[in-house]
Amino acid sequence: MSLELPKILFGRFTLDALPIHEPILVGTFIGVAAGGIALLAALTYFKCWTYLWKEWFTSVDHKRIGVMYMVLGLVMFLRGFSDAIMMRAQQSMAFGSNQGFLPAHHYDQVFTAHGVIMIFFVAMPFVTGLMNFVVPLQIGARDVSFPFLNNFSFWMTTMGAIIVMMSLFVGEFARTGWLAMAPLSELDYSPDVGVDYYIWALQIAGVGTLLSGINLVCTIVKMRAPGMNLMKMPVFTWTALCTNVLIVAAFPILTAVLVLLSLDRYVGTHFFTNDGGGNYMLYTNMIWIWGHPEVYILILPAFGVFSEVTSTFCGKRLFGYTSMVYATLVITILSYLVWLHHFFTMGSGASVNSFFGITTMIISIPTGAKIFNWLFTMYRGRIRFELPMMWTIAFMLTFVIGGMTGVMLAVPPADFVLHNSLFLVAHFHNVIIGGVLFGMFAGINYWWPKAFGFKLDEFWGKISFWFWVVGFWVAFTPLYVLGLMGVTRRLRHFDDPSLQIWFLIAAFGAFLIAIGIAAMLMQYYVSIRDRNTPRLRDTTGDPWGGRTLEWATSSPPPAYNFAFSPMVHDLDAYADMKERGYVRPEQGFRPILMPKNTPSGLILAAFAAIFGVAMIWYVWWLAAVSFVGLVAYAIFHTFTYDREFHIPESEVRETEAARTQLLAAGA
Amino acid sequence: MANAPTMTDAQGNPIFLDMHEHDHEAGGSTMLGFWIYLMSDCLIFAMLFAAYALFGTSYAGGPKPSELFELPLVAVNTSMLLLSSITYGFAMIAMQEKKKSAVLIWLAITGLFGAAFVGIEISEFANLIREGATPQRSAFLSSFFTLVSTHGLHVSFGIVWLITLMVQVGRFGLTAANQRRLMCLSLFWHFLDVIWIGVFTFVYLMGVLR
Repeated sequence: MSLELPKILFGRFTLDALPIHEPILVGTFIGVAAGGIALLAALTYFKCWTYLWKEWFTSVDHKRIGVMYMVLGLVMFLRGFSDAIMMRAQQSMAFGSNQGFLPAHHYDQVFTAHGVIMIFFVAMPFVTGLMNFVVPLQIGARDVSFPFLNNFSFWMTTMGAIIVMMSLFVGEFARTGWLAMAPLSELDYSPDVGVDYYIWALQIAGVGTLLSGINLVCTIVKMRAPGMNLMKMPVFTWTALCTNVLIVAAFPILTAVLVLLSLDRYVGTHFFTNDGGGNYMLYTNMIWIWGHPEVYILILPAFGVFSEVTSTFCGKRLFGYTSMVYATLVITILSYLVWLHHFFTMGSGASVNSFFGITTMIISIPTGAKIFNWLFTMYRGRIRFELPMMWTIAFMLTFVIGGMTGVMLAVPPADFVLHNSLFLVAHFHNVIIGGVLFGMFAGINYWWPKAFGFKLDEFWGKISFWFWVVGFWVAFTPLYVLGLMGVTRRLRHFDDPSLQIWFLIAAFGAFLIAIGIAAMLMQYYVSIRDRNTPRLRDTTGDPWGGRTLEWATSSPPPAYNFAFSPMVHDLDAYADMKERGYVRPEQGFRPILMPKNTPSGLILAAFAAIFGVAMIWYVWWLAAVSFVGLVAYAIFHTFTYDREFHIPESEVRETEAARTQLLAAGA
Repeated sequence: MANAPTMTDAQGNPIFLDMHEHDHEAGGSTMLGFWIYLMSDCLIFAMLFAAYALFGTSYAGGPKPSELFELPLVAVNTSMLLLSSITYGFAMIAMQEKKKSAVLIWLAITGLFGAAFVGIEISEFANLIREGATPQRSAFLSSFFTLVSTHGLHVSFGIVWLITLMVQVGRFGLTAANQRRLMCLSLFWHFLDVIWIGVFTFVYLMGVLR
């Protein structure tokens, strides 16, 4: 009995699960703990808790939630990047007798965590955050369709991120690569908690992603301003619609495949096992039927950002709007017909491989059309080389090369040579960094003044830009070379010393990117410090000469976004309003119905996170308690019927009067 | 768009702001959103059906469907679920006629049919496990148990939801919000019926043919 009790109470958690004998982790923990305590102490000292709780954590305002997603993405980006630095350092030194500084056990966790974090907890929050902030403003709405669900989705994503972070200091993370391929992820080969951390982090975050996908589809379909028919929708909103349709149609597949993997691990079923009639290729197929649409989920909104930026900073309507929309739709559909190109080497035969090779190559056609649309928009445009436009041009140059190496990989015989090599690693970093990340940086620089009422500092932004772009090419060109020489991915140690120079160059590139990131943080710091200077302050609400509706309201927008719902007559609705002499009304305001804040989303997500952690460590009683708590609280929440309130007319009038003064002062 | 605002003034000039706007209708996106959720749920089932299609004959030397399934029992079970869909339909008709107590009675009957369905399924599972046909026995049984019990869990969740809604209708009446919720549960309930038709045909009927 004395031996049983701790097991019942703590499951398979013992003090051995704390990595006290791994100096890197202990050092990291001390750093994180010190930083965390300092942050908590500062928040307490400056009495920020009530403000954070009332105005942010419980907020159902799509703008606040969007900003919180971006903060989450940024924090996780720093974690994911430190993993990258560790890998680059390890690979540049571990030659011959030198084993580097990371033991295999740790190194395998690092590359897994890097992939998982960068895709699920950096790229996804950035994309979702940007869509959350921008889409309702662009379509002239006051919030999303389901504001409470939006808050809940954010917290579920955050809880997933917290669970991944927890694995750093309690137990360990998966050592399987970012897709946890079976049968390696089965209990026989990964008996520890790593894969369970992976499963529950992704399941919990996945619920959030799915719900936010449903939410934004409904918002775009149902809540557009009067007059904005589908072909008058801004391109970013179009890409957001397609991305969210993809989310709704892809994430359930991830949920299902992870459920099956969990059943194998927890119940002992035989889906992906070697014995009992299981077939691990089902896992490979299923995870990529989700995984391929996922990369388009990430890139489409970035395409949307580039479209908005190009047309704004060239001062003209986007070239080929209709073809842009159809290209987006074609990519959306084709993204479902290419998944098998991730495993041509499975041996499905020439016909199957040809089909998927050809569908993959076809995707480059609508994507190419987009590139030409941007180029033709720039042609004879009055181009202003502000930061968002610089990122857009860097994207075009970088992404085209990444796209072309992708077409190379789409040729099955070439893929048999390049499969699983560093060439592949270079390719997808080329499109994800050069496409998604550059897109997010363009978007952040573009919409930051809308979100906070001041522009980002240009000097540090440009330093960051150049270090990033140059650093990217220095870091990843060597990987193309190494991949062509046959070096496979995920290796911790090399025998051939002639390869080392390439890894050293790549490590230097990563160092340049690190400076780029530091400059970016500096850019945020300097901009926040100087936010009230005339250099950065935006009093107009339209600092760039924008063309879409989000620029029609103040920066930052009031809680209700628009005192009066806009009516749309043209594709570039705000450009049209400015051109035809629209006058901003200063009276006649009405009370506005808005959703109430609620802590329910955070509480439900916390229950879900406790449930996940309990399942990871086999603490069955806690899993049961938290699950019952989750369901009970959800039911309790449905008894709240009164979820909206009116912002009184007086408050709207005061807010708008303040803006009138600001506009007059600025003019 | 029935009461879309006028977009131009008397002279034909564009109006850029809706100065006479009314409060947006509460829950205007709910049915669409719930329908999209159901389609995403449908995809989860599609994956489970796909797994069953792949593993339907992976017996690993274990029992086959024809040795395990008792069609009469499954027929009774199927009728329980189909009847529950009909009674839910009656509840919805009563809701249209604003008859609160009739709604509650039909919901209760629906819940009982649903509970009977879940009960029969549990006893079927218990029998199978007693015979040694456990989910761990073969990939066929793994995929069978997963597909059927995922459906069963959905029905069980539907029953919890149904009871919650009965309490809410009882306490707050057939308000607009409650009517919306009843309609969502109605979609959910009929959706599970459709899934079950797939399970019944694909798993049980075609299973015993093998």
